[in-house]
Amino acid sequence: MRKGVVFAGAAVVLAACMTAGLMVGAAGLPLKGVVLALADRLPFVSAHSGLTPLETGVLFELRLPRVLLGAMVGGLLAVAGAGYQGVFRNPLADPYLLGAAAGAGLTVTLVIVAVGDGAAVPLAAFCGAAGGVLLAYGLGHTATRGGGTATLVLAGVAVTSFLTAIQTFLQQLKVEELQRVYAWILGDVGGGWEQVAMCAPYAVVAAAILLLHGRLLDVLSVGDDEASALGVRAGRVRLVVLVAASLATAAAVSAGGLIGFVGVVVPHAVRRLAGGSYRVVLPLSLLAGGAFLVTADLIARTVLAPAELPIGVVTAFVGAPFFVTILRATRKVET
Amino acid sequence: MTVEITGVDVDLGGRPVLRGVTATAREGRWLAVIGPNGAGKSTLLKAVMGLLPHTGLITVGGRPVRDLAPRDRARVLAYAPQSPLLPPDMTVHEYALLGRTPYIPYWGRESARDTETARAVLDRLDLTALAARPLERLSGGERQRVVLARALTQQAPVLLLDEPTTALDLGHQQQVLELVDRLRRDDGLTVVSTLHDLTLAAQYADDLLLMSGGTAVAAGSPGEVLTEDLVTRHFGARVTIGAGPAGRPVVHLRRPTG
Repeated sequence: MRKGVVFAGAAVVLAACMTAGLMVGAAGLPLKGVVLALADRLPFVSAHSGLTPLETGVLFELRLPRVLLGAMVGGLLAVAGAGYQGVFRNPLADPYLLGAAAGAGLTVTLVIVAVGDGAAVPLAAFCGAAGGVLLAYGLGHTATRGGGTATLVLAGVAVTSFLTAIQTFLQQLKVEELQRVYAWILGDVGGGWEQVAMCAPYAVVAAAILLLHGRLLDVLSVGDDEASALGVRAGRVRLVVLVAASLATAAAVSAGGLIGFVGVVVPHAVRRLAGGSYRVVLPLSLLAGGAFLVTADLIARTVLAPAELPIGVVTAFVGAPFFVTILRATRKVET
Repeated sequence: MTVEITGVDVDLGGRPVLRGVTATAREGRWLAVIGPNGAGKSTLLKAVMGLLPHTGLITVGGRPVRDLAPRDRARVLAYAPQSPLLPPDMTVHEYALLGRTPYIPYWGRESARDTETARAVLDRLDLTALAARPLERLSGGERQRVVLARALTQQAPVLLLDEPTTALDLGHQQQVLELVDRLRRDDGLTVVSTLHDLTLAAQYADDLLLMSGGTAVAAGSPGEVLTEDLVTRHFGARVTIGAGPAGRPVVHLRRPTG
């Protein structure tokens, strides 16, 4: 019962943030016009929005794809973060902090530099994301046998710095591509319908797999020995979730660039509100992550208007202090 | 269901931890595995649970453990480790429900019957009032009962308990062991537990298995296994063994006089 209320609440918040994202910008659009114009596009519905052709253009060609992409990228980053947290039993795991985003960033840069962008971008991002996580995990695991929560993140930071360094090097080699890569790295959800279409299939598959593993991630949370004693093949579940989370990261990174902290802030806030079961945390993170990033994007394009702030700057502004809070909370549990 | 352990060897990281262990936990009885630290007691339990690769033969109800698929194995053997990992914000009911995992398909979810089973177990262990409480807000004795509830929800005929009384005070030790014994008698469960307290082991177990240095050195009734000679030899402790209630031995530490 209470679960239903929480989900409905999250859906309402997401819808409200998205509507605000559609209305606010260089040219403000009225709420009524936006709602009617959207309703008009539904099958069997005909409504007169009262928007000018220019405003309709802004709504459907600029704002709507931007808001959809923002919701998708934010949802994916948050649900991927929750997935990584379940796999590693570590509340600080996050696509950005684990080196997944940097790995995807490097391989995408490679592809942009070598072949120009195109269809290979998502696949390259996926390989890079999975590679980055495995590297961070391997490093963290060898550094301290078993690995504490902070060790994995430290390893992830090291991997991120290393991969980013290689990426910067590549970027500087190809100065003519610099602007394009640079804009992409800082994060941007203004890619238009083309990006939405490219990202959507990966988003749907990755999110579906992750959401379906909520129950098994709950079983894994009691430890590998007990999960095995309960008849679960812990290694296999981990692998599937790891692949799905990396796919989600890859889709998010190839569409939106490197945006940090969403994957750690959102699931943590969700846990505070609705408890720790992954069956609740995963779907709620998807909704709340979308709302969070749409709002971050709204802030990014309005605070310095007409200039635009990279969205990653906004998420880091909120995320970094939050991260410290979580770190303190986990230390208390560990000692 | 009877558990038969025959000539079992386990190596961990290239180091031999168990060598040629043979033992039997008969149906409906309580076998306590005792021995000094590092004797391989927990390792033996994990091997029976199928968590560690072993050579030799371990059978449950006549079927080799290593041939059972994980889910089938989890339906005959329930295991509670020495220090279970309790996710802090999981509720008691959610935790108990995890015991139904072996009955739920990979992509499935709990049925109403699974929920009902978990509820009934909580009721039986007087945990109903705590059902909605997060695990981090339980006392030591409550935690142990909750872990037991999870194992019972599995409805397996064999219960493997690794040091079920660790970190409990005297009263709670008694409470937990009485509970296990009652469940064993009511449900005809076979119980295999490691216990470090020899007197407690003698009070509750039907059979004792004394392990030392990775091998089984004695097995039999408490009176047969707990002799001053064996305890002195394998624990390096000076003890006096007295007669306790129901003819079961009681172990007293004796300070060297001099």
